[in-house]
Amino acid sequence: MNTPKKQKAGFSWLLKMAWRDGRASWGRILLFMASTILGIGAVVSIQSFSDTLKENIAFQSKELMGADYIIDSDKEPNERVQFLMDSLGGFDAREVSFASMASFSGTDQTRLVRVRGIEGGFPFYGSLETTPENAAQDYQQKGGALMDATLMMQFDIQPGDTINLGEISLPVLGALKKAPGSNSMFGAIAPPVIIPFRFIGPSQLVQLGSRVDYEFYFEDTTADLEVLDETVDPMLDDENADLDTHTSTSSRLGRRYENFGKFLNLVAFIALLLGCVGIASSIHIYIKEKLGAVALLKCLGATRRQTFMIYLLQIAFMGFLGGIIGVGVGLLLQQFFPYFLGDLLPVNLSLSVSVPAVVSGLLLGVIMSVLFALYPLLTTLGVSPLQTLRKQAAGSSLSRKWAWGVFGTIFLSIFLISLWLLDNARYALWFVIGIGVTFAILSGAAHLFMKGIKRYFPKHWNFEARQSLLNLFRPQNQTLILILAIGVGSFLISTLYFTKDMLLAQATLEDQQNNPNIVLLDVQSDQRQGVTKTIEGNEMNVISDIPIVTMRIASIKGRPVNEIRRDTVNEVNRWILSHEFRTTYRDHMVDSEELISGAFVDSADRQGVIPISVSENFVDDANVSLGDSISFNVQGVIMPTVIKSVRRVDWSRMEPNFNILFPAGILENAPQFRVFTTKAGNENVSARFQQQLVRLFPNISVLDLRQLLNVLQDLLGKISWIINFIASFSIITGIIVLFGAIRSTRFQRIRESVLLRTLGARGKQITRIVALEYLYLGALGSLIGILLSLISCWLLAYFAFDTTFVPSWFPFVVLFPGITLLTLIIGWSNSRGVIKSAPLKVLRRE
Amino acid sequence: MAYILKVDHLTKSYRSGSRELTVLNDVSFSIPEGATFAIVGPSGSGKTTLLGLCAGLDIADSGTVTLCGTTLSSLTEDERAILRNEKVGFVFQDFQLLPTLTALENVVVPLELLGVKHAETTGRTLLEKVGLGDRLDHYPNQLSGGEQQRVALARAFANKPAILFADEPTGNLDEATGEKVTDLLFELNKEAGTTLVIVTHDMELARMTDHMIRLKGGKLMKNETAV
Ligand SMILES: Nc1ncnc2c1ncn2[C@@H]1O[C@H](COP(=O)(O)OP(=O)(O)OP(=O)(O)O)[C@@H](O)[C@H]1O
Ligand SMILES: [Mg+2]
Repeated sequence: MNTPKKQKAGFSWLLKMAWRDGRASWGRILLFMASTILGIGAVVSIQSFSDTLKENIAFQSKELMGADYIIDSDKEPNERVQFLMDSLGGFDAREVSFASMASFSGTDQTRLVRVRGIEGGFPFYGSLETTPENAAQDYQQKGGALMDATLMMQFDIQPGDTINLGEISLPVLGALKKAPGSNSMFGAIAPPVIIPFRFIGPSQLVQLGSRVDYEFYFEDTTADLEVLDETVDPMLDDENADLDTHTSTSSRLGRRYENFGKFLNLVAFIALLLGCVGIASSIHIYIKEKLGAVALLKCLGATRRQTFMIYLLQIAFMGFLGGIIGVGVGLLLQQFFPYFLGDLLPVNLSLSVSVPAVVSGLLLGVIMSVLFALYPLLTTLGVSPLQTLRKQAAGSSLSRKWAWGVFGTIFLSIFLISLWLLDNARYALWFVIGIGVTFAILSGAAHLFMKGIKRYFPKHWNFEARQSLLNLFRPQNQTLILILAIGVGSFLISTLYFTKDMLLAQATLEDQQNNPNIVLLDVQSDQRQGVTKTIEGNEMNVISDIPIVTMRIASIKGRPVNEIRRDTVNEVNRWILSHEFRTTYRDHMVDSEELISGAFVDSADRQGVIPISVSENFVDDANVSLGDSISFNVQGVIMPTVIKSVRRVDWSRMEPNFNILFPAGILENAPQFRVFTTKAGNENVSARFQQQLVRLFPNISVLDLRQLLNVLQDLLGKISWIINFIASFSIITGIIVLFGAIRSTRFQRIRESVLLRTLGARGKQITRIVALEYLYLGALGSLIGILLSLISCWLLAYFAFDTTFVPSWFPFVVLFPGITLLTLIIGWSNSRGVIKSAPLKVLRRE
Repeated sequence: MAYILKVDHLTKSYRSGSRELTVLNDVSFSIPEGATFAIVGPSGSGKTTLLGLCAGLDIADSGTVTLCGTTLSSLTEDERAILRNEKVGFVFQDFQLLPTLTALENVVVPLELLGVKHAETTGRTLLEKVGLGDRLDHYPNQLSGGEQQRVALARAFANKPAILFADEPTGNLDEATGEKVTDLLFELNKEAGTTLVIVTHDMELARMTDHMIRLKGGKLMKNETAV
């Protein structure tokens, strides 16, 4: 007679129903939402901050470089380079820079610094910021030095004091606060000292083996930078020089910071994921309570799609709202970043709102909440309208196929989001696998624990202890999700601590054993005896005295370097082609080396092809293998060689290691200099020794590993601050999830406690039961998290760093009790209302 | 005579574990348009099951149900839902109001599903008719059981159903309230000319209908007509 038509109620009705239905559970929905806010806030703050940073770097690119473009080289420019520079109109300013020891009249302190000899009006953009301000203008004419402000403070040097560099002494005119072209990370190891170019020659510091950078600055606003990059730069490559424009340099710098941002983004994303797991479990309970309404709506004539949509809309709206608040939180948070990072930042920031970050925050809110609510949402499809007539015991659950489908969708989406955050498919995949494994292990441990308790239930415990254990298994319990949340949070934070330990342990370990802690660079052959004497005169030993010969690659497998360079499909890493290799020769391998293929040749003579040994990473980067030929340009002499062995080198050892190793008998007479290593027993010895050395041999640079360690510690401190900050979001998210979980099971708890009281339990006992329950949860979650991180860090130390690491006590002494206590307090304070509520209220609700 | 509901050789069984339990066994009957009809029988005899099948909430193992000229087994679940929305009203023993919606909002749900304009006006009129004109914005938990059932009655008539199913409409109410609800049900029914199918234990209620069938152990005993 009449077939039913399409349902007439439109989208607006769905919205209306979603609103009406949600209105009553506003508080709960807000709580679900809250668990995503911090995660989104963290992602947005980092995203927005890195966007802003990148923008600022690009915007201030000229000020960062101080010029429109630079031509730089690590050797004095030859005729061809000169000619190219002339054809570009000649340079407008130039600089020679190198590391050198500095000493100061009036103190006995010495310090490795980076000397920058400048000539001309550099910088053309931005400025040298000094105190007093006019020092930057005067230093050329007055013939004085501008010295790194931090260093001046450390050594208590005042303007007017004298700095000694090699053979010259100059008055310090001012403290250098900021200069284009000075990198703050490097600056911590070798702080910059700017002097007029004309003093470089007299200082006599530029000698064989000195690592000197020659930089030529160009001011030319009309230059087509892209053309320069594309045409002049390749020509300079052939001469081992380089042209960098302010735009390309700043985008490279931007990328470096972006990478750090990406890493932080992952940490933030974990917080978000954690919140989403919380959402999934809360919504599971929420939707379960709504199944009756779903059945009734179906009975009254709503289609499956309609009922599904009502709750989908509710959750999407909730996610959107969470997104909005999260974005707000994120934009607020990014204001704090400059304070944490301080002088790690290359530019002064004017913080702004990044539109892509805002949009991604909102999208993340909606997508992640819907994604994690998908499983419970889909169960509404299977609800039969018959349930209105008869309460069916069987709760609807999805078929195995659907469940795996949802699971797969979630993992795929997490992969896609991390791909978007990381921009690298392999890392994204590893991240997803890592997340999966961590979650699996944590939930596995939780399961195991619950099984264990069931199996070996402590029957002899007192009533409260037993009852609280039983609570962990109550239907709709949140044990798993809470352990997961607390566990992941603790895992993150303690991993952070352990990794820091590991890095520092690596460095301190060197210090403890009879490993060198002082490296002397650029020792000339004729200074060998003198240096040895000075070392021994301070009751120290020469640990190693290694000859260094510098060389560049001339050809690989018969192909000249310039030809390989021009080949667009060449598989040789660029640095290989232009790098000045510092190589050595010896007739044995050392502790930090391991032969992985071929046979080590200990000596050879100049008849025929020279057998050499290369490092594993050289093999990868140069795309060569055993038996391939390489010829080197050793200061004008071409030497044909063949790869006879490949070594694995432990670069993490703080001692000189080599990519290319010649046999004995070849390079003995080549121009060379030496690297010494020694060990100073304590700081006084070290200071006295360095002082003597600087006086006797001003050209020698001293690397004090102890100092390096301090710099490293400082840097790690700054970075870990911000990582801690973001990781703590996971913990706070865990707490919010905890709130949500307690709220979701509130009614059930009320009923239980009323029942217990009806059976004669006193309020105090019930309080104790609740408190114990959270004590178990908090202790278990944080313990599993910390242990998991301990194990993974130990594995990392063992396999990747090849050290044993001694974990710090912080996670055990502070984190474990702290998180446990926090869980206890929150759980208990949230349950107080439950404990006190009157039995009548319970009957009403039924 | 035109039949609005025809049930032919309806059989339904449930499997619980290895045992199969036949709840309805070859049941056939027809209900003429506009009639009032009672299904009675002892507890567990299959009354609710039968009602569910007649309203298309469930599917029979064999036999057919023809509701308003449409064979239910030929429709998908969603099509049956739409048919219910257009032609069927429900009253339940436990009222089944949506707890998050006000009285008025509960009443207008079927109308909104139909896409009717000015649903609220109709809803208000209906609530006034059942004597709850001043409780429009109250939520179910602010209403007594009798009041809730009156809201449910208003909702059941909202979409002007061709047929109305009621499963123990007075089962959860005391005698006096139950009587009031029953009176209201019949009054509204008369006014709208709806076919009424009531499942009940209450013989007094059953006797108020034109026809009565009796189920026992899933079988139809006899077709009675009220006195
Ligand atoms: N999903 C099911 N699975 C197994 N058995 C079922 C199921 N649904 C109903 N039954 C059984 O079918 C029989 C009939 O149930 P039904 O609810 O139709 O009886 P009723 O006549 O409505 O009883 P009452 O008067 O008590 O409401 C009962 O024995 C019941 O146990
Ligand atoms: Mg029944």
